[in-house]
Parts: sequence; C-alpha cells; structure tokens
Amino acid sequence: MSNDRVTSTPFTKGLGFFVLLGIALLIILGIFVSPADVNQGESVRIMYAHVPGAWLAYLAFVMTAVSSAAYLWKRTRSLTWDRIAGASAEVGVLFMGISLVTGSLWGRLTWGTYWTWDARLTTTAFLFVTYIGYLAVRGLGGTHQQRARRSAVLALLAVLEIPLVHFSVELWNTLHQEASVAGRGTDVEMNGLMLFTLFLGVVVFTLMYVWLVLHRQRSLMLEDMLEDSGLDSALSERRAEATQAGR
Amino acid sequence: MSSAGQQRFTGTTVIGTARLIAAKDLRVELRSRVLLNQVLPFALIVMVMFAFALDSDAVLERVAPGLVWLAALFSALIMVSRSFAVETADGALDQLRSAGVPAMGIFIGKMMALMAQLVVLVTLLIIAAVVLYRAELSWAGSVLLVTTGLTATCGLAAVGTLYGGLAAGAKGRETLLPLLLLPVVAPVLIGATRATESAFGTRGVSTSQGWPWLGLLAVFAVLFSVSGAVAFGPLLDD
Repeated sequence: MSNDRVTSTPFTKGLGFFVLLGIALLIILGIFVSPADVNQGESVRIMYAHVPGAWLAYLAFVMTAVSSAAYLWKRTRSLTWDRIAGASAEVGVLFMGISLVTGSLWGRLTWGTYWTWDARLTTTAFLFVTYIGYLAVRGLGGTHQQRARRSAVLALLAVLEIPLVHFSVELWNTLHQEASVAGRGTDVEMNGLMLFTLFLGVVVFTLMYVWLVLHRQRSLMLEDMLEDSGLDSALSERRAEATQAGR
Repeated sequence: MSSAGQQRFTGTTVIGTARLIAAKDLRVELRSRVLLNQVLPFALIVMVMFAFALDSDAVLERVAPGLVWLAALFSALIMVSRSFAVETADGALDQLRSAGVPAMGIFIGKMMALMAQLVVLVTLLIIAAVVLYRAELSWAGSVLLVTTGLTATCGLAAVGTLYGGLAAGAKGRETLLPLLLLPVVAPVLIGATRATESAFGTRGVSTSQGWPWLGLLAVFAVLFSVSGAVAFGPLLDD
C-alpha cells in the first residue's frame, strides 16, 4: 500500500486536529460555561448542536447541487465533481437526521410537542427524504458516468422541487392556523456568550463538513478505482483462459 | 422495416415521435388491459379500505378529496412503473435512442399516454367518492373539478415520466420509484386536494376558493413538463 492510497493528507490531518479541538471547546462552552436561558432553562443547550447541524446539512445540499451542475456542464465535466456531490449528500443526510432528532427533542421541551406542521420543518423533512432517494439512485449501479449523470440530474431537480414544496406547504399551512408553531414568541434572548458559542458551533461544523467531505470524496474515488481494477483483472483472467483454451 | 415503417417515421420531428409513442403506449394498454384489470380495481379497493379504516360517514365525507388524490398517487406509482417496464423489457428504450428517435419526443409521448390513463383513473376515483363517500358535486364545482383533474394529471404525468425514465432499467426500480416520486408530488397532493375540497363543498368551502390552487398545480405542471423535456435526453443516453 503506497501512501497515495489513504484518504488523509497533511492538510486534512491539520484540519481534523482543529475540528476535534473546536468540538471539545464547543462542548465545554455549550454544556458548562454558557448560561441557561431565562425561558427555556437548560434545554437551550440543544441549540448548539441543532442549529450548526441544520446549517451544515443545508450547506452540504447546496454543495451537492453546485457540483452536480459543474459535472453536467461540459467544460468542467469530471467524476471528481460527481464524487464531491455524493460525499456532500451523504454528510448532509447524516446531519439533517441529527438536526431533525435534536430539533424534535428541543421542540418537545420548549413547545411541548415533537413536531409541528410549520413550513420550515416540513420542508426540512422533505429534503431529508429527497436526499435519501438521491443516495439510493447513486447506488443503482451501472457505469460511473451513468451514476454521475443520473444523480446530477436528480440533484438539480431537487433544487426545483424544494422551493415548490416549501411554497405549497406554506400555502397549506395558512389554512391551518391552529397548527402553526406555538412557540413563535419564545425566541431566544441571547447574551454575548451564547451568541459566541453558537457562532463557534457554526464555524466548527463548517470545518467538520470540509474535513468529512474531503475524506469521503477520496474514499469514493478509491471505491471507483477498486471497481475498475476488479473489472480489469476479471477481463484479463478471461483473456488468459481464452488463450489457454485456444492452445 | 420497409417503406411502410419508414414512411410513418418521416422527419423524426418531436411532435411526430410523441404521437407515435403515445399511440403505441395506449395500444399496448388497450391490448394488455393492465389498467382496466389491475390498476383501476386496485384504486377502488383502496377507496373501500379507507372507509374501513376511518369508519365514519361524517369523517369520510370530510376527507373524501384527500383520499381521492392519495389513491390516485398510489395508483399512479404503479402506472409509471408499468409504463417503463414495457419500455425496458426488451431494451426497447435503448433501441429507440440508437435509432435516433428524439428523446424529447419519447418524453412527451409517454407523458401523454400516462396522462390519458391518469384521467381515466381520477374520473373513476371521483365517481367512487360521490358514490361511496357521499361527496356532492354542483355544476360550478364540476367545472373546477375537471380543470383541476386535467392540470393535476398533467403535472403527475410529467413528473412520473421524468422519474420513471431516471430509474428505468435499474435493478430495484419498483421500490425506488415511490421513494423518489412521493416527495416531489406533495405540491400536487396539496393543491389538488384543496381544489377538490371546494369543488365538493367540503366543510362549507365555496367553489370560488378552489381556483387559486389551480395556480399551484399549473406551475407544477409547467415546471416539470419543461424540465422533463429538457432533462430526458441526458438521462437516457449514456
């Protein structure tokens, strides 16, 4: 195994170090140092994982769309864009799942309910399912180019779909006033340290996103290479068999 | 493939192709009777099962519009699956493409055929709602309902053909398609259900309140027809 077959470089090692350091700092600030909220009490600490998680997921989905467009555009066509799109979507789905879970727990504590049919929440759930579907399409098989083409088109369709879903849920929601968020008024009054902790969370999660995507993108590349080499060796084996049989 | 086949295929225009493909799909349907013998009975039994689950005339009357469109969506999934099973069974889609048939024509043709079948389905479901769930329909309501039905089925057909083509030929297509399609068609479910509610006069909603929802359905239909016609080519050829 030569050195270029691993997914880390000096850059990602350094980045990873800073990410872990940042997460440790975030845990200390978020759980121990920052004050409890006046209205929400201790439960406000969920925010430091929930908000950055949601931010990371949205960032990841935007990145998936951008790199899908880059793949489809002929001048920049490269499977690297496709792998970045795939890696980004995987990380996005993971963190969207995390922020949905933390969000509903937080909602239970502050609004008294796990879920409300608010447009933002509902759209987020749709995003989650849509990108699970996207990942399933990536796993359909076929050549790398087939996978790239299919999933890139799908990622761009999601860009069309999501605003439309959001808009229609909003329209639907205006008819169901009783269902809209009970906790609209419970906006968090933030003091400086809370705001700083939240800001730190967003920065750390963004760095973590870059770190994870770099690694995942490279491991996807290795997977593709493995598939190709498997095919090559199978071909040469068959050829060898054929020449032996010919003798 | 002598002169007869070639003559009918002169020009390979998009519209000409679309007409041929649509006619072909509908002919396959008329001869195989899958819609008539399998999909429509399925849709009907779903409507009956809803009644078992909800178990109250008052509730059924209130939710009838939603049930009509929910049953329509589930049945549409089967239709889309079927529409592309026909196409990929013998590699027909690949052959169409390698024969130089325009992808946009294939898309429009399959979409038209699917829409025709969906119109039949939705008509049957609305009749079922009137008979089974006591939904009431006035003249003004009928006009709204027909317009809603046509716009919604157009959108469903477009998005169904697009995603059907996307998953066509892949293993595990039958299970993947619902996962891909259902989130996308949520706006149709919302728009069509609200418009149908006002056509039925459910919960005292007046007919005039239904028309604005058609805007949503129309935007959906246009958006996915256009993007489908554009994206279908790149999806098919590899």
